[in-house]
Amino acid sequence: MKQLSKKKPFDLFLCVFTWLCAGTTFLVLVFIISHIITRGLPYLKPSIFALKYNSENVSLFPALISTFILVVLSLLIAVPIGVFSAIYLVEYAKRGSRLVKVVRVTAETLSGIPSIVYGLFGMLFFVIRLEWGMSILSGAFTLSIMILPLIMRTTEESLKAVPDSYREGAFGLGAGKLRTVFYIVLPSASPGILAGIILSVGRIVGETAALLYTAGSIARIPTTPMASARTLAIHMYALSSEGLYTGQAYATAVVLLAMVIGINLLSEYLANKIVK
Amino acid sequence: MHKFTLRNVELWYTDFKALKNVTMDIEANAITALIGPSGCGKSTLLKSLNRMNDLIEGCRITGEILLDGEDIYGDIDINLLRKRVGMVFQKPNPFPMSIYDNIAFGPRTHGIKARHKLDEIVEEALKDAAIWDEVKDRLKKSALSLSGGQQQRLCIARALSVSPDVLLMDEPTSALDPISTSKIEDLVSELKKTYTVVIVTHNMQQATRISDKTAFFLLGEMVEFGDSEQIFSMPKDKRCEDYITGRFG
Repeated sequence: MKQLSKKKPFDLFLCVFTWLCAGTTFLVLVFIISHIITRGLPYLKPSIFALKYNSENVSLFPALISTFILVVLSLLIAVPIGVFSAIYLVEYAKRGSRLVKVVRVTAETLSGIPSIVYGLFGMLFFVIRLEWGMSILSGAFTLSIMILPLIMRTTEESLKAVPDSYREGAFGLGAGKLRTVFYIVLPSASPGILAGIILSVGRIVGETAALLYTAGSIARIPTTPMASARTLAIHMYALSSEGLYTGQAYATAVVLLAMVIGINLLSEYLANKIVK
Repeated sequence: MHKFTLRNVELWYTDFKALKNVTMDIEANAITALIGPSGCGKSTLLKSLNRMNDLIEGCRITGEILLDGEDIYGDIDINLLRKRVGMVFQKPNPFPMSIYDNIAFGPRTHGIKARHKLDEIVEEALKDAAIWDEVKDRLKKSALSLSGGQQQRLCIARALSVSPDVLLMDEPTSALDPISTSKIEDLVSELKKTYTVVIVTHNMQQATRISDKTAFFLLGEMVEFGDSEQIFSMPKDKRCEDYITGRFG
């Protein structure tokens, strides 16, 4: 190594530069996390998980519950639609057909739209047009439109990754299309599909713009789907914009961070499983 | 007795004519080998016997293929046809599930659900494929944990699990080592007692060793068809002789 770098100064430069870039990336992450943890951890007391939110004790517990409900509801809407449309595109639609191209371009476009646009659409359509008001329901539908392309694309990719020899093997045994797709292809693709679902959970958990005008920001544990509710991310946004409970906002950030890291680890684990 | 009767079979992939006027009879309870250089249409012919070509877009076929006197391109249930005419592929392709489930998939597809019945079928199929002793203690393990040769015998067992009449084999040993190959060859010779076997192979020695009949294909045409002994010792056609003696291909 030493000999090499003496001979070629450019190699040494490249080597150092690579290390520098990697180091910077790592340091930024460490800085953000330590910043959040040092500020948030002191406020992460049991009282912050109290059942009720009030202006003396800004509990994040209702937001935690609302986040959970929104995640489940959005997935319930988006996963079946996303997975089945991907199955159609990969297994049933003619390869290279016009419809497939149109759907694919649509999905790609949808996944590139800023989430505030989804929020605006959600407000105009679900909240006002359908008169659902600012509610969990409006929020969940808005979010499911937002994550639909993600779920569809990841499902499509994992279906495509299933070797054709599996399909041939099943057809060769006299299995029909339906049985082949649902008993052979789909199970083989499921780790990849799961990874995609977990990624979209990550997006939902971190989303504010699309929820601000659809699910609202009432900090109460919702009792009906028509109730307004705030998620953790919105809770944090509200606390820090009010400016009175910045410490608690950081504490919320710690919880949010822990959730996102957990979700990413899970998706990585599942993605590794598909390679095997 | 003839299992398959082919009359003037022609096949196109869109504009490319892959089979030209093939007429032949495939004998029951015998091994028929299809040989010829790459792209000569032997795999295509094999796949038209259980209509796997249907999966390829732009594939058209004319002529007649009869299985026990019944036109397989007529009004028949394709899934039942493929149950009767099983297939083993070039590369072992076990499903990513347990050994047991791999074998049970076929019978389950055709409506057998009773546990004891499935157990019976699995054991019998694995025994017929000469792999039972190697896997009987780990039926619940993933089929992907087996070696290449074991996987291929598992695939043969899987094909046997739906009790077919015919077994189509598309170069079943081309991805295997010599020892696994010889095991499969022994197995195939054993299988012809119960099944009709049609095998595509690139390996002349293999065709000589195991087949009763041999058909030589060139550019989509069946050049010569007859007893393997005769084909490999004194081929009538010059092109066939050149191929067998290794002068081209």
